[in-house]
Amino acid sequence: MKVKLRFFASLKEQLGREAEEIDVPAGVATVAALRTHLVKRGGEWQVAFAEKRLVRAAVNQEMAPAAAAIKAGDEVAFFPPVTGG
Amino acid sequence: MKISVQKEDFDLNKEIDLLRKDEKVGAVASFIGQVREVAMTLEHYPGMTEKAVAKIVEEAKGRWNVIDCTVIHRYGELQPTDRIVLVAVASAHRGDAFAACEFIMDYLKTQAPFWKKEHREGGARWVEAKATDDKAAERWK
Repeated sequence: MKVKLRFFASLKEQLGREAEEIDVPAGVATVAALRTHLVKRGGEWQVAFAEKRLVRAAVNQEMAPAAAAIKAGDEVAFFPPVTGG
Repeated sequence: MKISVQKEDFDLNKEIDLLRKDEKVGAVASFIGQVREVAMTLEHYPGMTEKAVAKIVEEAKGRWNVIDCTVIHRYGELQPTDRIVLVAVASAHRGDAFAACEFIMDYLKTQAPFWKKEHREGGARWVEAKATDDKAAERWK
């Protein structure tokens, strides 16, 4: 299934991109599974999404926990913990 | 309710006057956050940011008497002493105005998708989130 990925702040810089559309295998049905899937790309992806790195996610522009479900057509964003205000 | 994510600065008096129009309002509490010492660039997630702030404001309205409320958050390049954020809450009485204002600010710190990048001598670096901000938001649960 196809999902739209978006990256912000330090993650965007580290990965050298701010958006991407990818086709993920059917088994990748949660934010956590998508993260694991991206780690498999190796290189910077492995570093950026390493388990010890604090990465937050949003699904369709709503904050989403690791267990949140994802479905075809979703916009899934990854970013570091927020620092506004 | 007014929520704005903008590059431009804002005028505190003007914003507060807009909140004071209703005769039921007896108190307006406001908070301004500004850039401390180091120039920075603020990035956000257009679309999500406005929704996230609106959700926080809705939650505040469910907890306290909030007659009207304004949240303005700037993005882009900002210099020391530039204003970053305004949260202003109009209520019948001060207790609700103070509490709702602080609640909105605490939640905004941990839930609204903004990121600060500081421009120090020798390079730029992304500001890391503070555990104390998480604690500040936790206490409202």
